[in-house]
Amino acid sequence: MSATGNGRDDEGALKMELGRRYHFSAAHRLHSAHLTEEENCRVFGKCNNPYGHGHNYVVEVKISGDVDPATGMIANLADLDTFVDGAVLQAFDHKSLNEDVAAFKEKVPTTENLCIEIFERLKGFSGAKLERIRIEETRNNSFEYTGDKLAEIAVASEREEE
Amino acid sequence: MEGTRVSRGSSGYIKVNMVVITRRIEFSASHIYHNANFSPEENRRIFGKCNNPHGHGHNYTLEVSVAGEPDPVTGMVLDLKELKEILEREIMHRMDHRHLNYEVPELAGQIPTCENIARVIWQLLEPKITHGKLQRVRLYESPDLFADCFRNGDAAKRENSR
Repeated sequence: MSATGNGRDDEGALKMELGRRYHFSAAHRLHSAHLTEEENCRVFGKCNNPYGHGHNYVVEVKISGDVDPATGMIANLADLDTFVDGAVLQAFDHKSLNEDVAAFKEKVPTTENLCIEIFERLKGFSGAKLERIRIEETRNNSFEYTGDKLAEIAVASEREEE
Repeated sequence: MEGTRVSRGSSGYIKVNMVVITRRIEFSASHIYHNANFSPEENRRIFGKCNNPHGHGHNYTLEVSVAGEPDPVTGMVLDLKELKEILEREIMHRMDHRHLNYEVPELAGQIPTCENIARVIWQLLEPKITHGKLQRVRLYESPDLFADCFRNGDAAKRENSR
């Protein structure tokens, strides 16, 4: 039997993913410059209130890869924690997503867009493959993003052609 | 949670309803991360406080998911009582209130990380699940750290089980 968690996609092979949850608190306001005041109010409801509001966000990061027999780990957690702290938490925790994060100057900081932004920031982690970002905006609302699959296919076929 | 898929039967395409059931159990155990091939400094650097000499412990939460079609007579994929007994016998008896390094032979020679424990649990359970198919083992070491073990190709079904 293979050692699980192999990066290959062998059908039926045991696969291992590690999930780690991180917490940050931030303010946001859902408002689109492309909509009128009335439309903003209708579409976003109380999330459009002029001075914004906040959430305690939970970010669940899923990674996969080979389990190193010497350490028993897909990736060293301390490395992952340091990477997530530098790439996401320091930039987002106790900040205003609209005012303090460049990506949300143009885009509405919905949690859908936040998933994409965090995925893009974390996909460069060198210790393992990023599988998925899942964000709980509240205990009752969660959002998931597994990356741009079309872009992944394009990269894979480019590699095959090389 | 219910999803529908279409599979090829002897008489052409038939519709089957896959259902995933999940049972959660909790056990408490101690462990230490230490690789005898590493120097004391390396052990310290790689494993951090998980290398503290006298070990430490966790309350583990285990979620076991089994996928299958409900039996037309009983309406069950697998009798949860039977699953409870399997988990009691295979997991609780082996791991609850034990030292994972010294008292669980299946983990001998491995660092008892979340990844390795989840894989051992998968290997213990898979042959015992006779109704339905083991779909996912998720082991939480803490609310913010968990490992998923599953067979490659089950990803789509796994999506449905969230």
